Amino acid sequence: MIASEVILKVENLSKQYRLGEVGTGTLSHDLNRWWHRVRGLPDPYLKVGEANDRSAKGNSAYVWALKDINFEVQRGEVVGIIGKNGAGKSTLLKILSKVTAPTAGTVKYTGRIASLLEVGTGFHPELTGRENIFLNGAILGMTKKEIASKLNDIISFSGCERYIDTPVKRYSSGMTVRLAFAVAAFLEPDILIVDEVLAVGDAEFQKKALGKMQDISRGEGRTVLFVSHNLTAVQTLCSRSFLLKNGELIYSGATADVISKYLSADAEQLGSINLQDRLASLNDETVSINQILVQVSEQGNLAFDTIEQVEILFDVTVKQACSGLRIGFDLLEEKSATVLFRGFHDDDATELSYFPEGNYRFSARIPEKLLAPGAYKIQPAIGIHNNRWVLHDADVAIPIEIININGLNRAYADTRPGSIMPRLLWNSIRSNFNS
Amino acid sequence: MRFENQIGPQSKLLYFPLAEIWRYRDLLVLLVRRDVVTVYKQTILGPLWYFIQPLFTSLIFTLLFNNLAGIETGSVPPFLFNLASITVWNYFSTCLTTTSDVFKTNASLFGKVYFPRIIMPLSIVVSNLFKFLLQFAIFVGFYLYYIAQGSSVSVSVYAILLPVVLLNMALLSLGLGMFISALVTKYRDLSFLISFGVQLLMYVSAVTFPLAMIREKLPNYAWIVDYNPLAYIIEHARFMLLSTGTFSWISFLGCTLCSLLVFIFGSIIFNATERSFIDTV
Repeated sequence: MIASEVILKVENLSKQYRLGEVGTGTLSHDLNRWWHRVRGLPDPYLKVGEANDRSAKGNSAYVWALKDINFEVQRGEVVGIIGKNGAGKSTLLKILSKVTAPTAGTVKYTGRIASLLEVGTGFHPELTGRENIFLNGAILGMTKKEIASKLNDIISFSGCERYIDTPVKRYSSGMTVRLAFAVAAFLEPDILIVDEVLAVGDAEFQKKALGKMQDISRGEGRTVLFVSHNLTAVQTLCSRSFLLKNGELIYSGATADVISKYLSADAEQLGSINLQDRLASLNDETVSINQILVQVSEQGNLAFDTIEQVEILFDVTVKQACSGLRIGFDLLEEKSATVLFRGFHDDDATELSYFPEGNYRFSARIPEKLLAPGAYKIQPAIGIHNNRWVLHDADVAIPIEIININGLNRAYADTRPGSIMPRLLWNSIRSNFNS
Repeated sequence: MRFENQIGPQSKLLYFPLAEIWRYRDLLVLLVRRDVVTVYKQTILGPLWYFIQPLFTSLIFTLLFNNLAGIETGSVPPFLFNLASITVWNYFSTCLTTTSDVFKTNASLFGKVYFPRIIMPLSIVVSNLFKFLLQFAIFVGFYLYYIAQGSSVSVSVYAILLPVVLLNMALLSLGLGMFISALVTKYRDLSFLISFGVQLLMYVSAVTFPLAMIREKLPNYAWIVDYNPLAYIIEHARFMLLSTGTFSWISFLGCTLCSLLVFIFGSIIFNATERSFIDTV
């Protein structure tokens, strides 16, 4: 293997999307664009695009999902691509895998690119597992002969030997995914593009898949581009990473650096704009809320190691002495399942019932070693008992992230289901059941 | 540094990736297999549906157009006349309606993985060929039955050109279908148009009547049929199979040229669309 051979080179790559509905209204734009092109003029709608920031309201109907991306990848490298939702990761992968064309710029590469943007693409429910291996393999670019020569490996890797001649519609979803990943794992492209496929299947299979990815890159010297929200997986697999933000490549370097950059980029948005606006607009005769905040973690942001506590502060002014004030919060998993609801009176034996006028600071600590890694939201809940909610809105929440750097079970924590991961006390003694 | 491949914003207008299609030939075969094997899975009558549809349509056409409206089919039994027309027409119409929907029905697949998109419409045309052959077998069965009954039907020597007629239909339906599928990605109106458009097209394609008849009975409107290459294709097919109607080399070659042009035009539009359709579909 030649030490430093550039296998993939991306130059000034940009992709523009039109916002809003794509309908017949685009006909006039299409005609105008065509008319400009005929006369050799540049696309009249290309200039108006702006950086793709979801939260800021733009004044153009076009946005750049990717803007001026430049990078090179060496043969045999495993490169991670990190970024928040909407940063342009998927668009980049789609262009690289030729699913969509760029608006400007070029991608040059040597050899064959295969993409695993989603496993099981093209599976037909009526066909058997074996037939689907062939069909899916062919869709991914293998020839029938190639597939036939790897068929046994694929079947045994998937662990579906018993059902291989059963139609796939009878499979459990986990089995389908195993089979699909197995096909993809035995692809032999020069450049493999992987997007979030590891987020499926059970823990055992994920470990197997991760291991296979490692083999592909290390053992077989293939180049892999890996996109995932699973920072642990990126850390394990990739030596180098790119950080995308609003369609631009803002940082590239060693994965550990990129991850910390990514996490601190999150901290810029500390608290939520939503929340501050909402607090200012509250108009309650009894209480006003000055601020609600989550104390930053040791890294100075809202990503907490599993061994850290999360402290939530509420600064409240009681304008009119009252009883029955309730301060609390919902802790939600990002996908909006409530993990817990807790108000201060739930944890106190002696209920604080009467509040004279004045300023109060309430704080709550979610203990360390409790939450499993993942994205959560803290949604404040403030109200007067049996009377009204002062603040309890579904869209007013502080996003926090629990990550696992020094905590329990670092190897598999991201793959374990459930949202709590406290240390359990296990014991094993030899026992005699007869007695 | 030299690179083998390049992805850029604009594709060449006349880009037909023959080498790439050849590399994906196994996919074509497997897709055809999938289509043929899975259509009638979990149905009671299974492949019998292939036969039921043309038989009943021919039966109704015979009752309606020949017995009721009195369309003359010469010495050929009307049922056989209709069965021949419908068998050939069905090949065209199913190819057209399925290929014109190809981007929409395969959006999720096309959005995830790259392969030469033209493989999809090609596989449709090929798998429909199997359906055609089955239906053609039914036609041959009835053909033999009518001969045994003493009808004066005979195959023309031109029947050896039947594969060319089929190729014509394949190219024509592919070309039209790819053109429409490219437009459907952006302007959905067309998918509504296509379902009844094909129905209307059948009536001006001389499926239910001999070509000479419209010239004789509706001379003012005959141009609609005269300028329709499909009408000639159907007429030619009937001439080859039943020795009824007309055949001329000029119209035969004209149709072939027309199909080729439509196919080339369709594939240009298709190629221009395939690279970014996923953003609009």
